[in-house]
Amino acid sequence: MNLTKTLMASTALTVAAGMAHSDGHMASEMTIVSWGGAYSASQQNAYHTPYSEMTGVKIINDESSAEAVSKLRAMNEAGNVTWDVVDVVASDALRLCDEGLAMEIDPDTQLADAPDGTKASEDFGDLLVGDCFIPQIVYSTTVGYRTDLVGDTPPTDICAIFDTDAYPGKRSLEKRPIGNMEWALLCDGVEKGAIYDALATEEGQQKALDKLATIKDDVVWWSAGADTPQLLADGEVIMGSTYNGRLFSLIVEQNQPVSMLWDAQMFDLDGWIIPTGLSPEREARALDYIMFATDTQRLADQAKYISYGPARKSSAPMVGKHAELGIEMAEHMPTDPNNSKNTFLYNYEFWADYRDDIDAKFQAWLVK
Amino acid sequence: MLAADGTPLKKSLNRALRLQKMRALALIAPLLIFVLVTFIAPIADMLFRSVENEIVSETLPRTTASLAQWDTKGTEIPDEAVFEALYDDMFYAIEAKEHTKLGGRLNYELTGMASLFRKSGRKVEDIGEVYQDQFEDLDAFWKTGENWNSFMGSDDWLASMDGWKKADGRQPKFKLREGMADVLPATTATYLKYAAFTQNEDQKNLFTTDPWAIVYSSLHKDLTGENGLADYTFPAADQLKAAAEAATSFETVNFSEAFLNIDKKWHDMDVWTTIKVYSPKLTSGYFLNAIDMQKSIDGAEMRPDNQQIYGILFYRTMKMSVIITLSCIMLGYPVAWILANLPARQANLLLILVLLPFWTSLLVRTSAWKVLLQDQGVINDTLVWLGIVATDDRLTLINNQTGTIIAMTHILLPFMILPLYSVMQTIQPTYLRAAKSLGATNWTAFWRVYFPQSVPGIGAGSILVFILAIGYYITPAIVGGTDGTFISNRIAYHISSSLNWGLGAALGAILLAAVMLLYYAYDKIVGIDNVKLG
Repeated sequence: MNLTKTLMASTALTVAAGMAHSDGHMASEMTIVSWGGAYSASQQNAYHTPYSEMTGVKIINDESSAEAVSKLRAMNEAGNVTWDVVDVVASDALRLCDEGLAMEIDPDTQLADAPDGTKASEDFGDLLVGDCFIPQIVYSTTVGYRTDLVGDTPPTDICAIFDTDAYPGKRSLEKRPIGNMEWALLCDGVEKGAIYDALATEEGQQKALDKLATIKDDVVWWSAGADTPQLLADGEVIMGSTYNGRLFSLIVEQNQPVSMLWDAQMFDLDGWIIPTGLSPEREARALDYIMFATDTQRLADQAKYISYGPARKSSAPMVGKHAELGIEMAEHMPTDPNNSKNTFLYNYEFWADYRDDIDAKFQAWLVK
Repeated sequence: MLAADGTPLKKSLNRALRLQKMRALALIAPLLIFVLVTFIAPIADMLFRSVENEIVSETLPRTTASLAQWDTKGTEIPDEAVFEALYDDMFYAIEAKEHTKLGGRLNYELTGMASLFRKSGRKVEDIGEVYQDQFEDLDAFWKTGENWNSFMGSDDWLASMDGWKKADGRQPKFKLREGMADVLPATTATYLKYAAFTQNEDQKNLFTTDPWAIVYSSLHKDLTGENGLADYTFPAADQLKAAAEAATSFETVNFSEAFLNIDKKWHDMDVWTTIKVYSPKLTSGYFLNAIDMQKSIDGAEMRPDNQQIYGILFYRTMKMSVIITLSCIMLGYPVAWILANLPARQANLLLILVLLPFWTSLLVRTSAWKVLLQDQGVINDTLVWLGIVATDDRLTLINNQTGTIIAMTHILLPFMILPLYSVMQTIQPTYLRAAKSLGATNWTAFWRVYFPQSVPGIGAGSILVFILAIGYYITPAIVGGTDGTFISNRIAYHISSSLNWGLGAALGAILLAAVMLLYYAYDKIVGIDNVKLG
């Protein structure tokens, strides 16, 4: 580590001038990192603008969430963290927390209570994954299909993905094992409750890959959330998995002949972390922002702009109409009772352990 | 030969030139330092990560040291001494929040280590509480940090801490009471660590903070083992002596059992062999991993078949880069020839057409290829309309190697055309005319006279295109599907997603070595002096 430190120190020395500037971070500015696109816009409307109006703090948007983990690690090693609040998915938050790159949060003292006085830890409940993660939304990875290309009997359950007889044509799936392995086992007849036990074994993993192998030639693998909507719109695939918010905008905002299959949707969480290594003033401001932006009203407000479910129980009844389209948003939420009859919750603990191992096998399977 | 002052001429000339050389060096120094610091150093640092492995021995120093004696060939898990060392190491690691980092590191080698360390973190602290509770039950004296400080701290330090508040500035650094190290050796060592951590990392007032549970385990060890209590005359002598008497009948902790209760994996041979195999400060593990091998107790061995991927990817990257380079030569050569032989006005116009895509964003060009090549894309639609292919039998041009080759050839084409063009411009047309007037056919004149003179351009273009191609990852990621992706895609995955920077660095180092080897071979075969960029 000594060589590393010397090298880093010399690098830091030469950019000292630049550092002095960024560290000086004007008291009235903060950098918030998120995913960009419609999602960042919803945060701008629901959180940033009201917060700026209230406090006079100027918020700078950075759209680097996709590389947040590696960039934060690099910043931390260089001793110059320029981000104040970062939007990440829960699995990344867990990783950042393990690496000591995210600050631990005490929900009951550092997050707002619900309007009826319920403590934040209870209001968020199980969604508080790890010690550093502050949940914001619940989204899901689910399947959309072309209504005009699936014939007279549109698919109703997830196993339609594997049924190339009834639904011939290409389908798009995410180029990673998470989600696909669970669906494969489910459609191979494994009990839903036993899926992670099975995936923890060599045989179970092979079984899932074998099931996926039955449709390997029919799959287009995607890595960006925008891929499946585009493939569906172009008629390249007849069905494909993507985030429910993407499908919402494809169906409702762009009026494409696409419908959603909510069956076995894979719930995932997205939320905030505060990086470690901030100066006390910046840390205090970041905490102040978080306290404001994750209260019951603000989380409910965000749902006016995008079809992701607020992470607080107390926000759910307050979800109203879409800000521009004027349609009721509740029925488009992944958490709506009609949509969530059969769901998976991304098993963070499991994937934190098995991600490297199963990913290696999955990628090896893909290239062969 | 001597100069006028009698010194050898060579020496005196060197002296005269030295100043000049220094001045020249001073002129390039800013650039040199800039390149060294911002380019060479980070790359060297990144490559060094491919062998660096200090985290294991730094986080678990005592454990790895005591594991040295452990026989990995046997079937016995390590003995109690190792578990006691593990408790020590883990306790400090947990306070410094380093244990999850280590878990993440070891999880690359053995699945389950991440959760094992994370889970243990919450419970290791409880192990030592058995002793803490017993001391506190014996005498309330042991409950507070103030009492501990009263005999562990030196009188000077105690005086300086008296009445100290946070507002007074820096907390006076803890000083040990003289002779304490002989009286309670283990406790002293632990207490010093606790004091330094509380004052520096936690920034808490040591005077009013209560000690860690591990301090009590150390005290128990001292009181029941060797100590210098007999001659002890300092404060709290009565309490210490009473505790020493009682400590012999305290309930003791079996650390091995305690860890087993936290998680049964702690009695798993795999866990211990992994820790042992990865305890050296430098490891070849990442490099072995990068060539589909793994480290085990018996040395290196191949990975199971269903996990081998890098060999295939390296081979594929090389093969496709060669194909792309050849395609670029085939397509670029005629274009460069036309450019070089047209009148300047038309040539400039054509050159802009070559450069235009070069100036367009890479992502835009790649996405445009997606629109053209996909099943329902422009090319397939046209072919169907012309009746060349049936509508249910469209060509698969994307999400495979074909897609990658087409898109990358297009993207890299300017890098082939430009050097070729500038070399061909320097070839005199008179040579061709001379050849023809001497009776050569068009082909002979081209092949024997023109082509050899354009080879340096092909060489330069090929080096550029090939080296750029093997490092590409955006284009293969978008149009390559599963069998058109490159090794760089895996490097990108390990750098930004799995955070396995060591493996990413090892893959990068192998790629770098391969390029340098090819460059060396090229220099030997073709000669690098024969490469011309213009």
